Amino acid sequence: MWTGTPLFPESASTIATRVDLLYFFLLAVSIFFSLLIAGSIVFFAVKYQRRRRDAIGEQIHGSMILEIAWTGIPFLITMVIFVWGASVYFAMARPPDETLNIYVVGKQWMWKFQHLDGQREINELHVPVGRAVKLITTSEDVIHDFFVPAFRMKADVIPGRYVSIWFQPTKPGRYHLFCAEYCGTRHSGMIGEVVVMEPSEYQAWLSGGAPEGSLASTGAKLFADLACNTCHRPDAQGRGPVLEGLFGKTVRLQSGETVTVDEAYVRESILTPSAKITAGFQPIMPTFQGLVTEEQLLALIEYVKSLHGLPQVESR
Amino acid sequence: MARVVHPARHYLNDGYGISSWLLTRDHKRIALLYLAAVTFFFFVGGAMAVMIRLELATPVGDLVTDETYNKLFTMHGVMMVFFFLIPVIPAVLGNFLVPIMIGAKDLAFPKINLLSWYIYIIGGLFTLYALIAGGVDTGWTFYTPFSTVASTTNVVPTALGIFITGFSSILTGLNFIVTIHRMRAPGMTWFRMPLFLWSTYATSLINVLGTPVIAITVLLVAAERVFHFGFFDPRVGGDPVLFQHLFWFYSHPAVYIMVLPAMGVISELVAAGCRKPVFGYSFVAFASLAIAVLGFLVWGHHMFVAGESVYSALIFSILSFLVAIPSAVKVFNWTATMYKGSVSWETPMLYAYGFIGLFTIGGLTGLFLAAIAVDVHVTDTYFVIAHFHYIMVGGTIMGYLGGLHYWWPKISGRLYNEGLAKLSAGIIFVGFNLTFFPQFVLGYLGMPRRYHAYPPEFQVLNVLSSAGASILGVGYLIPMVYLMWSLRYGRVAGSNPWGAVGLEWTTSSPPPTENFAETPVVTWDPYEYPAADLEGHVA
Repeated sequence: MWTGTPLFPESASTIATRVDLLYFFLLAVSIFFSLLIAGSIVFFAVKYQRRRRDAIGEQIHGSMILEIAWTGIPFLITMVIFVWGASVYFAMARPPDETLNIYVVGKQWMWKFQHLDGQREINELHVPVGRAVKLITTSEDVIHDFFVPAFRMKADVIPGRYVSIWFQPTKPGRYHLFCAEYCGTRHSGMIGEVVVMEPSEYQAWLSGGAPEGSLASTGAKLFADLACNTCHRPDAQGRGPVLEGLFGKTVRLQSGETVTVDEAYVRESILTPSAKITAGFQPIMPTFQGLVTEEQLLALIEYVKSLHGLPQVESR
Repeated sequence: MARVVHPARHYLNDGYGISSWLLTRDHKRIALLYLAAVTFFFFVGGAMAVMIRLELATPVGDLVTDETYNKLFTMHGVMMVFFFLIPVIPAVLGNFLVPIMIGAKDLAFPKINLLSWYIYIIGGLFTLYALIAGGVDTGWTFYTPFSTVASTTNVVPTALGIFITGFSSILTGLNFIVTIHRMRAPGMTWFRMPLFLWSTYATSLINVLGTPVIAITVLLVAAERVFHFGFFDPRVGGDPVLFQHLFWFYSHPAVYIMVLPAMGVISELVAAGCRKPVFGYSFVAFASLAIAVLGFLVWGHHMFVAGESVYSALIFSILSFLVAIPSAVKVFNWTATMYKGSVSWETPMLYAYGFIGLFTIGGLTGLFLAAIAVDVHVTDTYFVIAHFHYIMVGGTIMGYLGGLHYWWPKISGRLYNEGLAKLSAGIIFVGFNLTFFPQFVLGYLGMPRRYHAYPPEFQVLNVLSSAGASILGVGYLIPMVYLMWSLRYGRVAGSNPWGAVGLEWTTSSPPPTENFAETPVVTWDPYEYPAADLEGHVA
């Protein structure tokens, strides 16, 4: 029965080994203090066992030196752990500049993946080994959580927000993907696999089929179908702001505040256009709440991202 | 040696019949009303834990449906947290002991004390109704928007049950604070108080300040379900994570509501079990207050992976490490108290050893969760389940059972069977570790919590855990039997069977309704063991 029972998880990302190192340090600290306390208790309980019914203990009230020692030493140890834990966390929170971006939509009870080249997957995610992958996640309904134990990576997938997480797989293989935030009846069925492939295999897999064209081209088609292009025109003559070259820039709002154009701002501007009006424009855009799905939103965002001043050039 | 006699007149024979209990204003009788009620909820919540562990013995979901499983762990959490762990020590041992330990006749507001019990019962009935009407499946944490828009189960009655029961905590807390401030016997200065009172006082502060927040939070969930306000609904501009801030602002301090009273009990057990003063009395006392204050500032560590900003995470991480320090100070002081003590191996002390060991493991594994990078991996896995069960079951329940065994002769006037008591303490310790230790391993492997079915490679560790749970269950049933038995057949205890100091051991067992024949005047320090007088103390 014990065969095939792992006691330690596989480490398959660049961050996993750093997390494990801190984990082993914490284990060592824990074992040391557990043995110190348990050992002292057993030792004292045996050595000073009550031998006469009416015996009392020596009336010792305390020791300032000891109090300072066992306040100060644990304090120093915890500060070491704090700094260590925080520095690894910084690495987790900051993706490198060059990443392979993939969109993730969680819903009760499945994971949907949208590659920029147009491939879509459900409950299975293919990525190449050795390359930093950034997942831009959101949820269609309740809070889910994207958890791949082998990568030591976990993040809540929150409706109405885009949460980005990244990882760099180090070993080809198939790894568990779990939903780690309770999301209802079939929560434990909201599982899948991350398939890490050699770059050549990954290229073969990619070319295997993207029937609908790239995500940005899907967004471009949607942009025309929803008649967004009647107001958002590339020539600055439209009633809405020019979108070309807008993504990543900072714009000034009517209120005088400024905002950086990121995924969340584009999303908000589609669903709640009146929330943050760009200076110089009228609040005339209708809401698209309920008219576009989460996945269509992602396509539109990717289209806006692709507009680099020269509308025909796509970027990855 | 003084002859042991049962007093002719005491609180248990001061009036008979149902109304003498249901309308009583005696804090000791109210403590027993609570004892009956919390024991009921403990076994209801425990039955659900048994079902959960049976289901998890196999990797596929086969014993119950996923829907039922989700309701089982939800109701297990709700029952155990709100109707057992939070009230248990303050409402049972605190109610019985607070007035006696300060030399008072009763709490400051005896009628409000009875009212607290009725409020608790009404809240409990709402929650039982929710259970009988089909249960609730949100998890005890009620995360939005699942609880507000997705769940189709009895969220509103459960939320109302928790809302109502909260007032019982607030009133009991208020009663203890006023009583400790105003009703101490002549000479009973703050620094002559037993440490149990310091921790009860700290707990009461959290109860009074924190409980209104959870009351409002669950009320918002109920209101949003009924009226669709949209506080937590992103589709209309609400924020689902706002709920988590409100929920944990109470529910993290609630962990200290559960464990601080147990720490107070352990201080009493260790002092009496070693017949010497608690090492570093004032450090242990102030550690309770430090935990109560710092405990309010760490709630964000439940949301490291919930889209929290990097810098918020840093602040909550460092504060979480700081709250570990006063707990560590307590553990070191209890251990040092044993040095050159007259160390007892009687049942209460066995529970104290168990508490210190298990709480140490629970506390140290808390450091893993405060270290953000490790928390990202282990949060929402069985590592967290194991960690908080080491604190709440290994800590709070061990402390409660130790206290119940220590003060049982005072409460009932009788002694229980020491052999059986030691045996069940051992069974509980072994069963507990077998149940929860494998869950640390499962958690680091990545098994998420609240999973009805799981990958087959996790089965062996789950089977170990389920086997441990069955041992633990037996361990909890045995004390029910011998404690009940002792009520009628136990040896008469006498006023001070342990040879301990403290005002509660100077009055008869069971105490008279007014606790003391005449108000005591305190002229000694806490835990002062006078060598010469002891002979007379020992029964």
